[in-house]
Amino acid sequence: MHRFANPTRFLKIAAAVQPWMAGLTIILFGTGLYMAFFTAPPDYQQGESIRIMYVHVPAAWMGMFCYAAMAVASAVALIWKHPLADVAAKATAPVGAAFTFLSLATGSLWGKPMWGTWWVWDARLTSMLILLFLYIGYMALQGAFDDRTRGAKASAVLALVGAVNLPIIKFSVDWWNTLHQTSSFMKQGGPSMPPEMWIPAVVMAVAFKTYYVWVLLVRIRQELTANKVRILRLKQVHGG
Amino acid sequence: MAMKRKHKRLTFVIVAMALVGVATGLVLYALGDGVSLFHSPTDIVTKAPDPNQSLRLGGLVEEGSVQRAEGSSSVHFRVTDLENSVDVVYEGLLPDLFREGQGIVTTGKVVNGTFIAEEVLAKHDENYMPPEAVDALKKSGQWQGDAQNANTGAAK
Repeated sequence: MHRFANPTRFLKIAAAVQPWMAGLTIILFGTGLYMAFFTAPPDYQQGESIRIMYVHVPAAWMGMFCYAAMAVASAVALIWKHPLADVAAKATAPVGAAFTFLSLATGSLWGKPMWGTWWVWDARLTSMLILLFLYIGYMALQGAFDDRTRGAKASAVLALVGAVNLPIIKFSVDWWNTLHQTSSFMKQGGPSMPPEMWIPAVVMAVAFKTYYVWVLLVRIRQELTANKVRILRLKQVHGG
Repeated sequence: MAMKRKHKRLTFVIVAMALVGVATGLVLYALGDGVSLFHSPTDIVTKAPDPNQSLRLGGLVEEGSVQRAEGSSSVHFRVTDLENSVDVVYEGLLPDLFREGQGIVTTGKVVNGTFIAEEVLAKHDENYMPPEAVDALKKSGQWQGDAQNANTGAAK
């Protein structure tokens, strides 16, 4: 673990892995979208609107996955003062926020023709909106302090406290009456749809994950470089 | 010394997370059914809510209960949770998925035991299927209609 903790070593590995992640993302995303639009059949009730699901469901998973990653990285940063953990958590937030927004937007587009409304304040939709606000709050809090380390600490605490929302999102459809349907994927006896429907969704989900790793590496590398520049500038100021 | 501090921080984070979790759990438990989007027909029948209070009713559209008034857009139907059912009157456009056996959520008021709906939303279940598969099931007589997808949560 500590072998990868070294930022110099990390930068070396990141530079090697990054193009692979970029390639994988493009291939998987292309395949997933093609399957979603062309090979997947329409649904007997929803018709072609089911194709929204191939973006909506993987995006919602990503929103939760990124938050979990951000919370774990924040915990590592708080407890072990790991230099990379802090940067990783910070880099994860905008990605998670973007996918959470995407899932809310696509869900709304699906809701209008299927449910008859763009939005309803049920437990699933509301807890997902809170997730988006947690991301926005996390990013805002980070920049709210003059002292960067204090901003990092405060936002890490927020990330950890907000993690209680994750099980609420997941189980909201089981615990309470909601307009949102229960999970079609994570249920006993496998997904409640044929493979030609769930495989494109899984391909899209994997494509989103490789995209995340790709963007994470880009942003961590950029952040580490920016840190170096900052230190050099400080040296200049104090030296001159 | 450094090790000790790490342990302290680790313990602190774990304890704090546990407390936040318990606190949230208690809040949600206290809120209880208040978090639920809609009431079941059984709730409406047993509790007889205030006619001035707007609320949501959720359940299945009872088979054979839909009656459309001629010359107007008024619709009569019954919403059931398979234990109790409530009469619903609605005037307006219904969502495409509305049909007998379908789960719906409707907003309105209970006046003299009848639910006067202002809005009707269709619930979608978690089952997806290509149209050909439905046709095949219907042909072989294994299609159980929409009742097999009757997971509205209202029966809980």
